[in-house]
Amino acid sequence: MIKTDVLVIGAGPVGIFVVQQLGLIGLKAEVVDNLDKIGGQCIELYPDKPIYDIPALPECTGESLTDSLLEQIKPFKTNFHLNERVQEISKENNTWKIQTSGKKTFIAPNIIIAAGVGSFEPRKFQIKDVEKFESKGIFYSIKDKNFFKNKKVCIFGGGDSALDWAIELSKFADITLIHRRNEFRGAEHSATIARQLEKEGKLKIKTPFQISSIEGDTKVTGITIKKDDGKLEKIATDCVLGFFGLIMKLGPIAEWGLNLDNKTIPVNTENFQTNKEGIFAIGDICTYPGKLKLILSGFHEGALAARACFKLARPNEKYRFEFTTTSKTLQGRLGIKKSD
Amino acid sequence: MPKITYIEHTGKSHIVEVATELTVMEGAVQNNIPGIDADCGGACACATCHVYVGPEWINKLPKIESAEEDMLDVAFEPNKFSRLGCQITITDDLDGLVVKMPSKQA
Ligand SMILES: Cc1cc2nc3c(=O)[nH]c(=O)nc-3n(C[C@H](O)[C@H](O)[C@H](O)COP(=O)(O)OP(=O)(O)OC[C@H]3O[C@@H](n4cnc5c(N)ncnc54)[C@H](O)[C@@H]3O)c2cc1C
Ligand code: FES
Repeated sequence: MIKTDVLVIGAGPVGIFVVQQLGLIGLKAEVVDNLDKIGGQCIELYPDKPIYDIPALPECTGESLTDSLLEQIKPFKTNFHLNERVQEISKENNTWKIQTSGKKTFIAPNIIIAAGVGSFEPRKFQIKDVEKFESKGIFYSIKDKNFFKNKKVCIFGGGDSALDWAIELSKFADITLIHRRNEFRGAEHSATIARQLEKEGKLKIKTPFQISSIEGDTKVTGITIKKDDGKLEKIATDCVLGFFGLIMKLGPIAEWGLNLDNKTIPVNTENFQTNKEGIFAIGDICTYPGKLKLILSGFHEGALAARACFKLARPNEKYRFEFTTTSKTLQGRLGIKKSD
Repeated sequence: MPKITYIEHTGKSHIVEVATELTVMEGAVQNNIPGIDADCGGACACATCHVYVGPEWINKLPKIESAEEDMLDVAFEPNKFSRLGCQITITDDLDGLVVKMPSKQA
């Protein structure tokens, strides 16, 4: 069980920056994100694309913005709990108990939801009975590649994950790579290697095909794939891997008794509190009249929510407004030593 | 203003006027037509604005760019009439355009 002043849900740009605002006023935060990396949409959807509207940063990229934000919160030595989805929350003795998918428990008087458009989850096959085989023959990620040794494996997808894993696993498994069109969108270099392996008979490639059905009783025994023109083909297989990228899903947040408006959470713009005391929402996930889904708006929202958290985390102390330029206290928290 | 027909997967159709310069995605969202999620807000990064364009229209649309084709890879049940609603800008030439939504976006 981890005790903290504020639990932040979501390590997107807004979730990272609020850690700085909390740290400055002396509050400790823990951050949880379902992704395996920090940065939210910026890192998952557009790491290399330019951004031109971050105040005082004429140009940055999704990745460089994330790096700079992390640099800015370094003094606060914050823990990021990645690969963990916040699953349940409940109120106990005036404080919140938060539980994650990995069975971590947090106790905090405040929760800041900076969950964007929801947690990033793998896109799944959309056919009948697919759930019943999940993790039992159907996978969306690879934990231990040796599991696939000497097995018949069908890999779906046209991006880097699909290509890289097809090439890697073809060293010791019987691989069929299946994609909906003839072009692969992954690195050209990888596509060339895959085509070469196909020529050498070390890998099969089926395009343009999509999955049509899965066969099997308790475990997967085969699949049927469908060509553009409707022609069906059967393939015997032990495992099926789908690499279709990630999708944002609101997920468990919808079950916490919060008011929702079309996948967003209405807030009071004075402090960004939701309809529940001690639960705040900032960034893309919050809504109010005039809301803009911009990173800069999320930064402002975090600054106000952080001050509101202070009241619940330090009920007996008085919050003082101070500038980082002139406050020795704030500079102390930032670890700045001045020799004047 | 061009008239656009949006057909839900159930067959229910919505005929609305959409101003030129808006996209097919925006036309649906602004008119509260269900079936288009548009999670990324039109940045060609989510594929949840996927539509099937009426067969008679598919060749009248501006050519598909590779970024859109790449995103369609991860859309739900794409076929040769698939496009992303946020990548089709309405022009007067598209008056009468018909698009159908998939049974779900993800
Ligand atoms: C292609 C593209 C270009 C863009 N360009 C710009 C731009 O130029 N300027 C601009 O200002 N904005 C831009 N945006 C928008 C900007 O990226 C978003 O406004 C911003 O990422 C929102 O930040 P956030 O921290 O609120 O949420 P996100 O970045 O969405 O991060 C939310 C995080 O919360 C996690 N999460 C959600 N639910 C849970 C849960 N239950 N448990 C654990 N973790 C959870 C998610 O996994 C995710 O990592 C762009 C967006 C896209 C897609
Ligand atoms: S709205 Fe996200 S791809 Fe079109």
